[in-house]
Amino acid sequence: MTQQIFTVHDLRKTYGHGQNAFEALKGVSFTIDRGESIAILGKSGSGKSTLMHVLALLDAPTSGKLSLDGVDTTSLRGKNLNAVRNKTFGFVFQQFFLTPNATVLENVTLPLKIAGVSASERRRRGMEALRQLELDDKAKNKAVNLSGGQKQRVVIARALVNNPSIIFADEPTGNLDSATGAVVEDILFDLNAQNGITLIVVTHDEELAARCDRQLRIRDGLLVDETLEVAA
Amino acid sequence: MKTRDLVSSAISNTFRSKTRTVLTALAIFIGAFTLTLTNGLGTGINAYIDDTLEGIGVSDVLTVTKPDPSSVGFGASSTEPQLYDPDSIDVDQGGAPGSSVIALTPEDLDELSSINGVLDVQAVRQVTVDFVQTADSELYVAQLAGILEGQSLNITAGREPDTDATTHEVVIPASYVESLGFTDASAIIGETLTLQVSDATRTSHSVDAEIVGTSEPTLASPLGESIVANTSLTDALVEAQNTGIPAEQAERYPQASVWFAADASPEDITALKDRLSDAGYSGLTVEDQLGTFTTVIDGIVLVLNGFAVIALIAASFGIVNTLLMSVQERTREIGLMKAMGMGSGKVFGLFSLEATFIGFLGSAVGVFAAIISGTAISAALSESLLADLPGLQLIAFDPATTAVIILVIMGIAFLAGTLPAARAAKADPVTSLRYE
Repeated sequence: MTQQIFTVHDLRKTYGHGQNAFEALKGVSFTIDRGESIAILGKSGSGKSTLMHVLALLDAPTSGKLSLDGVDTTSLRGKNLNAVRNKTFGFVFQQFFLTPNATVLENVTLPLKIAGVSASERRRRGMEALRQLELDDKAKNKAVNLSGGQKQRVVIARALVNNPSIIFADEPTGNLDSATGAVVEDILFDLNAQNGITLIVVTHDEELAARCDRQLRIRDGLLVDETLEVAA
Repeated sequence: MKTRDLVSSAISNTFRSKTRTVLTALAIFIGAFTLTLTNGLGTGINAYIDDTLEGIGVSDVLTVTKPDPSSVGFGASSTEPQLYDPDSIDVDQGGAPGSSVIALTPEDLDELSSINGVLDVQAVRQVTVDFVQTADSELYVAQLAGILEGQSLNITAGREPDTDATTHEVVIPASYVESLGFTDASAIIGETLTLQVSDATRTSHSVDAEIVGTSEPTLASPLGESIVANTSLTDALVEAQNTGIPAEQAERYPQASVWFAADASPEDITALKDRLSDAGYSGLTVEDQLGTFTTVIDGIVLVLNGFAVIALIAASFGIVNTLLMSVQERTREIGLMKAMGMGSGKVFGLFSLEATFIGFLGSAVGVFAAIISGTAISAALSESLLADLPGLQLIAFDPATTAVIILVIMGIAFLAGTLPAARAAKADPVTSLRYE
C-alpha cells in the first residue's frame, strides 16, 4: 500500500473542440497522501470543480497521468471503474442531492444498494452511519422534512456508509448558516482525524480551507502555489 | 445493484409521482380493457360454436353437392349468357349464396358410393310444403327439413322424431305452438299436423303426421326453425310431390349426405374431400360449414383487436412522455447514482423496468376490469337479448390469452421505455450533477 493515494502529473482537461475548445485544466501536478485533508481553492470557473471530478473518476482527463492508490486510472473501465467509485469514494455535495420523498435511511443506504449489499446488512450499516451522526431517530423520516444541517449530516452519513477511503466535499457548508456549517465542518475533520479518511474539500471559503492540512490553489486551470505542511 | 433491488426500486419510483403514473397507466388500461373484451368476444362465440358442434354430433357426414363449373358463386357474376343445363338448379342451402349446383342423379349417387372411404350415401330430398295446419287452425307457411341419423335437435318439449318409425312423425318449431291454437308446448304433443304439398300438375296432396315435439333453433343447428319430419313422413311427402313426374325426372337431388368412418382423422377427411372434388363433387363437413362462421368471427375480432392495439400504441407514447419527464426531473439523482458507481446498464434497467411496471399496472387492472365487466355483460345479455341462444356466454376469458395480453402490453411498455431509459443511461454524471 503506497503512502500516496493520488499522484497527479501534468493533468489536462479540455472541453469542446476546435474554436470552442476550453481548457479547464492546463497541466497540474501534485500528490495527496493517505489520510490528508486537502482544500482545493479557487474562484468559480477556475477549474477546481473539474479537478475534483477528474480526481473522483467522474470525468476522464484529456491528457496527463492520474494514479489512485498506485493504479493508473486510465486502466479502469466499466465494471472495475464503477466498483472503485462505489467502494473508494464518498461524496458530500453543496446541494445535498437527496431523494426528497425517500426516507433518510433509504437515502443513506443508496451506495450499498448500488453495491448489491443485502437488505438487512444495508439497514444495519445505514443505522450505524446515522448513529455516528446522531440522526438515528430520523431514520424513518422523509428527507424532504429535514432542516439544512440535518440534510447535510444525512449526506455525510451517505458518504460514510460504504467505508470509503476518500471523501470528496464540494462546498459542504455552502448552503448552511455559519453555526450549522461549523458543526458539519467539525464532523468532516473528525472523520479525517479519527477514521483516517482522506478528505478533499472543494471550496472558495478561506476559513474552511485553512483548517485543512494543505491548500491547492487553482486559478485559470493552473496550480498557483502549493502550501506544503503549513502549520494551522 | 441486485436484480431484486432494481425491481423494487423501479416499482417504488413509479409511485413517486402518483398522478402521472396513474394517468399513464390509465391509457394502458383502456387499451388492455378493449383488447381483453374483444378477445373475450372471440373466445366466447367460438367456444359456443364448438360446444354446439359437439352437441350435434354428426361429425362423420359430408354434405355433397355437384358445383356448376360455369357458376363460380358469390360475386363472380358473368355478363355472358350461360349455356343451358337441364340439371342445373339454384339452391337455398349447401352452397355459397347465388351459386348454382347441378342436381345429383341416381347415377351420381352410385358414383359417390363407389368412391373409396364413402360408407353410405343418402340423397337429401327437397320438399316444398304449401302450408301446415292443425284441426282448427289457420294455414301457415312452413319449411320442411329432414333429419339425419345422429343429428340432434334442440328439443324444448316432447322428443325427437324417430327415423326408423313407420308412422309419420314431426317436430315443430316452438314459435308455431300458439299460432296453431295451443297455449303451451306440452299440449300440442300428440296432436295431428296436416301438411299440404303440390305436385307438378298443381294438384294438392295432404299428409297427416303426429306432432312428437317442439324445438328451438340454435346457431349451429338451424333445423329448429323448420318443421322436421322423420323418414317415413319425408318419403310420403316426396311421393306426393312427385306425382305425375316421370320416374327418371323425379330423382333429382340438390345435395346428398355422405357418411365416412367415424374415427377418420382430419387427414383422412381431407383426402376424401380431394377424391370427391376429383370426381367433380364438393363435400363439406359440419365443421367446414361452421368454419366459415368461425373465420368471420375471427376476422371481426382481429379488426377490433386492431383498434385496441392502436389505443395501446397511443398509450405507449404516453409512457415515453412520462418517463422522459421523469428522467429530466431525476437528472441529478441519475448523476449521483452513476457517481456512486451504478453502471449505465443498471440505469437503463431501472428506467425500462419502470416502464414495464407501468405497463403491467395498466394491463393487469385493465384485464381484471374487462373480466368483471365482460362477465357481467354476458350474464345480462344471456338473460335478455341472447336468451334465445341458450349456453352462449358472449364474452369468455381464456387464462392463456389473458396472460399473453398482459405480457404483450408489458412488452410494448418496455419498448416505449427504451428511449427514455437509454437517455438516462447515457447521462454524464458530471453534467447531471451540475444540473440546477
